[in-house]
Amino acid sequence: MRFDYHTQYRQGFALLPHTSDRVLYGLLIALLLAVPFFASTYLLGELGYVLILCIAAMGLMVLTGFTGQVSLGHASFVAIGAYAHAWLMTQGLPFALSLPLAALISAGAGLVVGIPAIRVSGLYLAMVTLAFSIVVEQVIGLWRGVTGGFMGMLVPNPDLLGLSLSSPRAFYYVCLFFTLAVLLVLLNLMRSGIGRSFVGVRDSEAAAYALGIPVKRVKVGAFGLSAGVTGLAGALMAHHIGYLTPDAFTLLLSLDLVLMVVIGGMGSLRGAILGAILISLLPRAVAALKALLPDAMARQSGMEIFVAGAVLAFFVLFEPMGLNGRWLKLRALWESFPLYRRDTFRRQKSYMRSERNR
Amino acid sequence: MTALLELDEVELAFGGLVAIGGLSLRVDKGEVLAVIGPNGAGKTSMLNLVTRVFNARRGRIRFKGQDIAQLPRARIAHLGIARTFQNIELFDAATVLDNLLLGRHRFGSGGWWQQVLRTPALTRLEERHRAKAEEVIEFLDLSPWRNARVAGLPYGVRKVVELGRALCAEPELLFLDEPASGLNPEETRDLAFWIEDIRTDLGITVVMIEHDMSLVSAVADRVVCMAQGKMLAEGTPAEVQGHPDVIAAYLGT
Repeated sequence: MRFDYHTQYRQGFALLPHTSDRVLYGLLIALLLAVPFFASTYLLGELGYVLILCIAAMGLMVLTGFTGQVSLGHASFVAIGAYAHAWLMTQGLPFALSLPLAALISAGAGLVVGIPAIRVSGLYLAMVTLAFSIVVEQVIGLWRGVTGGFMGMLVPNPDLLGLSLSSPRAFYYVCLFFTLAVLLVLLNLMRSGIGRSFVGVRDSEAAAYALGIPVKRVKVGAFGLSAGVTGLAGALMAHHIGYLTPDAFTLLLSLDLVLMVVIGGMGSLRGAILGAILISLLPRAVAALKALLPDAMARQSGMEIFVAGAVLAFFVLFEPMGLNGRWLKLRALWESFPLYRRDTFRRQKSYMRSERNR
Repeated sequence: MTALLELDEVELAFGGLVAIGGLSLRVDKGEVLAVIGPNGAGKTSMLNLVTRVFNARRGRIRFKGQDIAQLPRARIAHLGIARTFQNIELFDAATVLDNLLLGRHRFGSGGWWQQVLRTPALTRLEERHRAKAEEVIEFLDLSPWRNARVAGLPYGVRKVVELGRALCAEPELLFLDEPASGLNPEETRDLAFWIEDIRTDLGITVVMIEHDMSLVSAVADRVVCMAQGKMLAEGTPAEVQGHPDVIAAYLGT
């Protein structure tokens, strides 16, 4: 067990309060920086893709996990970011300028979609965002002059100050840089006033109003922030795919993002990252598993979907707090080894809310 | 005595149902005013009018001379009016400390760029908020629960946390909506002491809606009894309790 002795309040809200944390996270970053020196090109490409999905999942986590707004249309923000970035680059804008602009354009779209969120919530908001994503898919398909329509559009190669970033190794570092930057920015925001007002709006709108939080502005702002981060992921995704077509950004991607957030554990950025890693590597794991199975089983169609569904069902049944919850339990077990009690994490229902008005 | 809050012929209606009809009320600075009345009398509706949850159909609501009947709902807290809720409205998934820090919202939490970069100025600001939250924690004996999630706390503690969150906003006028409902006698006694201290030490004017007459008699300077959207009687606790209209409203005629 570890007991902290703080003499200043700032020690209480430090990001990495313990030396062991700093060492371990430092080692993790060093490992991630060293990967290109021993990994194959294929593996680097896959890792870059996982990092991009981590960014997108963090974007959705801000909205769904922290602000409590459901979105089934986040693939459309990925698409908007990707197409805006590709179009801006074909217009001759440099990579370093086009990337933030694409994120801003996506954030603007997020602000527009956020307006209905003032009035509707829950399932109805899910329907609004679903409708939005269908509209975006159609617009991309039909707006041939800008997006190339269903024929698709080629994404120009990225470069920075004359340095080409299109090699797998360079692009991996770009993805890693943006993942860490987004993580740091969101961590800082979520432990400051903005993050607290997000949580306030999620847990009780009535109380948020009574404390002077402008609930409507917070909801729309959360949509904008989330869409901006997701759009940034989309812009990077454009380079990963190389050739953009509307069918890369369908409802399936939106659902994958929602799954990452739910499986990862609501209200935690670590959860978003763990969820993104699990969901994006699941198809690869299934493919690897097939090689070990007898031929008759491995050739069955629908194996991927079956395993994915089974994993999700097991999580919902046995770990409702998601991967983040599992992580916290493992850490508690490690830190308090012989004295660990399972009931530490069992929620006590000492009081049930009988009624509430929003 | 100067009036802190004045309601002037306020009327609230939901369609054809008149919930509050022509209510005039005056809250003086530094007093503890208790509002009593049978269920459906319009006590909480009156409070919701002042905090702008509902729109008044007619009448004026003045806080320190300023008409607040048309202000946006989120502005009320910034004027220095805080409230608690009858069915506790805490931020369940957050810790007690985060709930208290959310109470500090009206004092600002730095520009967004400062929050993104976590500048030293922002760290100092957060420390000041934290120091104030710690004052409230000490005042209300909440230190055992400081880092506990609200979702796992017993009912009595939640009530206190909600009071603490309102105090973190450093209000001039504090509305308590049935603060003693669901508390045991010991907790109610603690609450009576706290309300005394809130008035005398912190200088906050308190308006409480309450059914527990022992608490009302113990702390209230003045009592207003409402029934069916109107004021029935006004005076000291003893006067109101002995008023024939009040007895009739509670017991029926």
